[in-house]
Amino acid sequence: MSALAVDALRKSFGKLEVLRGIDLEVAEHEVVCLIGASGSGKSTFLRCVNLLEPIDEGRIVVAGEEITARGIDVNRVRRRIGIVFQAFNLFPHMSVLRNVTLAPRRALGLSRAEAEERAVELLERFGLADKRDEYPDRLSGGQQQRVAIVRALAMRPDLMLLDEVTSALDPELVAEVLNVIRELAEAGMTMVIATHEMAFARDIADRVCFLDEGVILEQGPPEQMFTAPLEPRTQQFLQRITEAGRL
Amino acid sequence: MTEPTPLGSRRSRILGGPRSEGARSALIAAVSTIVFFGLAVLLVTNAPGWPEVKRSFFSAEQFRDSFPDIVEAFGLNIRLFLVAEVFILAFALLLAVMRSVPGAVFFPLRLLATAYTDLFRSVPTVLVIYILGFGAPTLQLSGVPSSPFFWGVTALVLVYSAYVAEVYRAGIQSVHPSQEAAARSLGLSQPQALRFVILPQAVRRVVPPLLNDFIGLQKDTALVALIGPVEAFRQSQIEVAGSFNYTPYLATALLFILLTIPMARFTDWLIARNRRRELAAGGR
Repeated sequence: MSALAVDALRKSFGKLEVLRGIDLEVAEHEVVCLIGASGSGKSTFLRCVNLLEPIDEGRIVVAGEEITARGIDVNRVRRRIGIVFQAFNLFPHMSVLRNVTLAPRRALGLSRAEAEERAVELLERFGLADKRDEYPDRLSGGQQQRVAIVRALAMRPDLMLLDEVTSALDPELVAEVLNVIRELAEAGMTMVIATHEMAFARDIADRVCFLDEGVILEQGPPEQMFTAPLEPRTQQFLQRITEAGRL
Repeated sequence: MTEPTPLGSRRSRILGGPRSEGARSALIAAVSTIVFFGLAVLLVTNAPGWPEVKRSFFSAEQFRDSFPDIVEAFGLNIRLFLVAEVFILAFALLLAVMRSVPGAVFFPLRLLATAYTDLFRSVPTVLVIYILGFGAPTLQLSGVPSSPFFWGVTALVLVYSAYVAEVYRAGIQSVHPSQEAAARSLGLSQPQALRFVILPQAVRRVVPPLLNDFIGLQKDTALVALIGPVEAFRQSQIEVAGSFNYTPYLATALLFILLTIPMARFTDWLIARNRRRELAAGGR
């Protein structure tokens, strides 16, 4: 059974059709990277999988359960799917520890002690133990994004969605966040990662999907995708990236 | 990351003149103030009618006689204010949340809250006090007090909640939608996201405008006098009626000023603090 199966997913914003029939299957423990130009639909796709955007057509199945079925409890679905955003979106009025314990306590019903134990364990694992009582505005961008990842992990999700999580970071802070993701991949976390970090995608992905105008135009193992893409559009995209010195 | 402090000082330099001239501008401000108010005082005290005005508005003797009674009556203004304030804060929050609930099913709720705020912001406060103060007790509803204090407070709560609800609503709308998305993505329900993530941020942001509305409320407690209770304004009317000297009105005004100024300065201080914090956080 695949961790995620998306079938003919379509999504429009007004007249603009952003996703024009996406099919994607992700196996358990698989890391799939989505690449493609801005506006190709990567973020919208991830938001649809987390049910943050209602879809127009198609089906999304997570671990055998169709989450786009009518009458599904979206809160229960979202507890199993973690998402990390480009802009961190930490809660600015809460300390790091409260950011991380809020959902386990309120959505999973953990006691404060249980939630804090879980949070501290994760914060220690990702080198953030000394930041537990800080507020987000006292942290660097890289630290904020690592806290955001920990916050999602505290729900013990089966699937993690990462939406260009290093795009808002200063260049020198990118590595610390990528290392966290690498560690997650090594631990066997199933992940779908939208990214502009091509070297990273090549290194970490089991499979790379190239999105173009709302469809997955081409997909394959990273070596093949980055060295011998078949589609002219993929070649063109990767060429531009190479010219910009990003590969 | 940009450093926040240079941005702050650059801004204040643009708005308020260079810092190095701080001492000089303070001196200019002081001299200008003394000259301005000195002239104003001279103008008034040299006016032909000044002796008459001084006798009927600034009588020290009248002030001494009436002030203790007015201060005592002013206690009622403060009670009206404090009781009304508590209910306004709660009721207005309810209204604001009602107006912010998304979803087609809740349209009637939003409609109701919108109609309410429109209605009570358009009717003059004094009319609401009259209508409730004289009309409602006539209904003789069982279990509902008929005291003017009760209906005075009710009228103030009804009117001010409409204003305060709009302040809350502005605060709710100022919280970026990505905060709600982050909360919901973690599996929190809509009400949980509102309670733990959106409202705490919204309320923090609107404290200064809330205090501003409460300054208005402090003054409007005087309107309750119109339906009977002897608060400071009514007490001063009584004093004036007995002596034909208007000094008690000034004494009452003085009390309201003494109550309002600390609150106004506190509000300014809060606004300045929020601004500093936003500049500090805005570097990212």
